Amino acid sequence: MVIRDIIAMILILIGCFFFLTSAIGLLRFPDMFTRMHATGKCDTLAVLLVMTGLIVHHGINLDSFKLLLIVVFIYIANPTATHVLSRAAYRLGMQPWTKDKK
Amino acid sequence: MLRSRYQDIIAQTIVRIMVPFVQIYALYVLAHGHYSPGGGFQGGVILAASLVLIFLVYGYENALERLKLATAGRLCSLGVLIYAGIGFLCLLLGGNFLDYSRLAPIFQVSLPRARSLGILGIETGVALAVMAAMYSIIMDIVNSDTGNGESHAAGHEIENGETSSDGK
Repeated sequence: MVIRDIIAMILILIGCFFFLTSAIGLLRFPDMFTRMHATGKCDTLAVLLVMTGLIVHHGINLDSFKLLLIVVFIYIANPTATHVLSRAAYRLGMQPWTKDKK
Repeated sequence: MLRSRYQDIIAQTIVRIMVPFVQIYALYVLAHGHYSPGGGFQGGVILAASLVLIFLVYGYENALERLKLATAGRLCSLGVLIYAGIGFLCLLLGGNFLDYSRLAPIFQVSLPRARSLGILGIETGVALAVMAAMYSIIMDIVNSDTGNGESHAAGHEIENGETSSDGK
């Protein structure tokens, strides 16, 4: 029981760390593509870690199955949304950020 | 017509996979509203969101093929009719408006069961009305914005502006 709690705690803390990095990336990166690069990847991984932590904490039952469904749909939807947004930005003529021209 | 340059095979495939699950989830939220967060309004909004997803990815005409605006208007009225009909049925049977316990003798069920089914009935009406209203509001906004359902005409302007300003 205690070991399960510790594992859940570690997983949720790592997930929160990735949420934090994605938020920092969203605030600090220079243009739209790099910002979506940060949020798209880190949010997806962080959701997986937090939900896995909650499943470990909760044990195997119907609620943890619902948490698993959340993970599955985030994994389908989040990369697709990032792809669609970056594609739309590129099609509207937004230039990617480079080091020489700011 | 869908413009070919805005077709996106990844988004279209994912939306085709996701929309049935979104709609099933909407029905779950609708039917499970007694015990958990959710209910008629939320279920209807999720149903409308699935239709708007089809509109965003497959285009205006394809969304209208799924659900015409006239049909949406009728569904909206039908939802209100279900809600008010159940309410006035209770009124006719001698209770207050939406007093579901009066429905128990009609459906041959116990009193708590009648209340539960009555709530489910009006939630279904609310969900239908909300779905149709949300859908037609969004489709009308898009249509009035550009005249012909060509919602990407505005984006074209931005494209020209952006490239010229970056060239300087």
